[in-house]
Amino acid sequence: MHWNSLADFLAMGDHGLYVWGSVVVTALLMIAEPILVVRGRRKLLLRLMRQYRAEGVDRRDHRQPTTRRSPA
Amino acid sequence: MSHRLINWFRYASPQTFYPLAGKMIPWFWMLAAIFGLTGLSIGFLLAPTDAQQGEGYRIIFLHVPASWMSMFIYLVMSFWAAMGLAFNTRLSGMMASALAPTGALFAFISLWTGALWGKPMWGTWWVWDARLTSELILLFLYIGFIALQAAIDDPRRADKAGAILALVGVVNIPIIYFSVKWWNTLHQGASVSLTKSPSMATTMLWGMLLCALACWMYSIAVALMRARTIMLERERHTDWVRTLLAAKE
Amino acid sequence: MKPRHKRIALILGGLAILALAATLVLNAFRSNLVFFFTPTQVVAGEAPKGKNFRIGGMVKEGSLHREADGVTLRFVVTDTDKEMPVAYKGILPDLFREGKGVVAQGKLGDDGLFVASEVLAKHDENYMPPEAAKAVGDAHARAAANKATAEAAARTVKQ
Repeated sequence: MHWNSLADFLAMGDHGLYVWGSVVVTALLMIAEPILVVRGRRKLLLRLMRQYRAEGVDRRDHRQPTTRRSPA
Repeated sequence: MSHRLINWFRYASPQTFYPLAGKMIPWFWMLAAIFGLTGLSIGFLLAPTDAQQGEGYRIIFLHVPASWMSMFIYLVMSFWAAMGLAFNTRLSGMMASALAPTGALFAFISLWTGALWGKPMWGTWWVWDARLTSELILLFLYIGFIALQAAIDDPRRADKAGAILALVGVVNIPIIYFSVKWWNTLHQGASVSLTKSPSMATTMLWGMLLCALACWMYSIAVALMRARTIMLERERHTDWVRTLLAAKE
Repeated sequence: MKPRHKRIALILGGLAILALAATLVLNAFRSNLVFFFTPTQVVAGEAPKGKNFRIGGMVKEGSLHREADGVTLRFVVTDTDKEMPVAYKGILPDLFREGKGVVAQGKLGDDGLFVASEVLAKHDENYMPPEAAKAVGDAHARAAANKATAEAAARTVKQ
């Protein structure tokens, strides 16, 4: 272990503000990104399920072409 | 078309890729956590002080991995963009779109931590030298890519426009990387490169490499998650998505 | 198969044109995107005259001192070939050291004195613990160490 005390660790040799400023912002962003992705996914799933249910009522009339092979 | 080629394209179809990605994501998260915790512990708890910069140099454990990642993600994004243009596969455009926000995130982290590192060491938050300017251009390229795709409604056309932008912008990557060699910059040269032995103490180097690995795993995990969402959205009229969501209800 | 081949050819052609354009842009950049000038370049008249520009190099060992007024700092920037005296009023960055890299922005007076408005430290890409740094320093004899500094300075200048 490099540090003698917690205070030493937090002070980062007088550069604490810069080091911890970097750490905090990086951590916040890297936590926020996956959370936003998961939330976006949940929203989409709800929307699609609602849409399918609505279509299911009169699916025969509004049905769109359902199978599409990859053009490759 | 040869049999092998068909097989290959089968994996490039969203229908096959979707469940496969779903199975891989937790593993990449786990690896990201393991590498990240080990790397940060080495970097922030074990690594010695730097002779020149004291403790402030520890920003390197965030700054360098983020900068590497921002450049590498752009290369991968351009690769997918080129594949999309060449073979017109559905997956390519989705992967490129899934990578862009994560790339932008790392470009921003690189600039942010760089500013916080530059202030105490160089004496300035920002200078318009070739390295810093080209990294800022990289962030703008990512933002431009995202904005361009968001502005076009038809996903196929959005993919195409985005791909062209991505491929034009790829010239910026060697500019970023070699800027410190080609021009007089305030930014120092590379500490770790393929052509020479690293100019860092071993403990510091290990911490940094593990943090970089963690960023790789993180990027793959997040990009796969985002790609899966994009797949559902774009393929919502197909049977496989209907079946999948019906099973969920 | 045919249209796909055509598309690939088109893309390759496009990429080739892009690469060409990039090379041209880079060449243009090469002459304009200079962050600082070395004393040698300044002596050779490459730096803009009568305008603000930056000089870069090493702070000459033993050259840093404070003038009689108590606020103005004087030091010499060297690239081991040519030297240039610098005057500066202000706070020096943490990493400003004699024998280390520096970039100063300001104006060159007629008397050959560079009056700086901003001084930035340029550090190298080596990271090592103090003991290692000391060991490296001790291992070299004084003369050898001086030679290494000169070479390092020359390298910095060439970059």
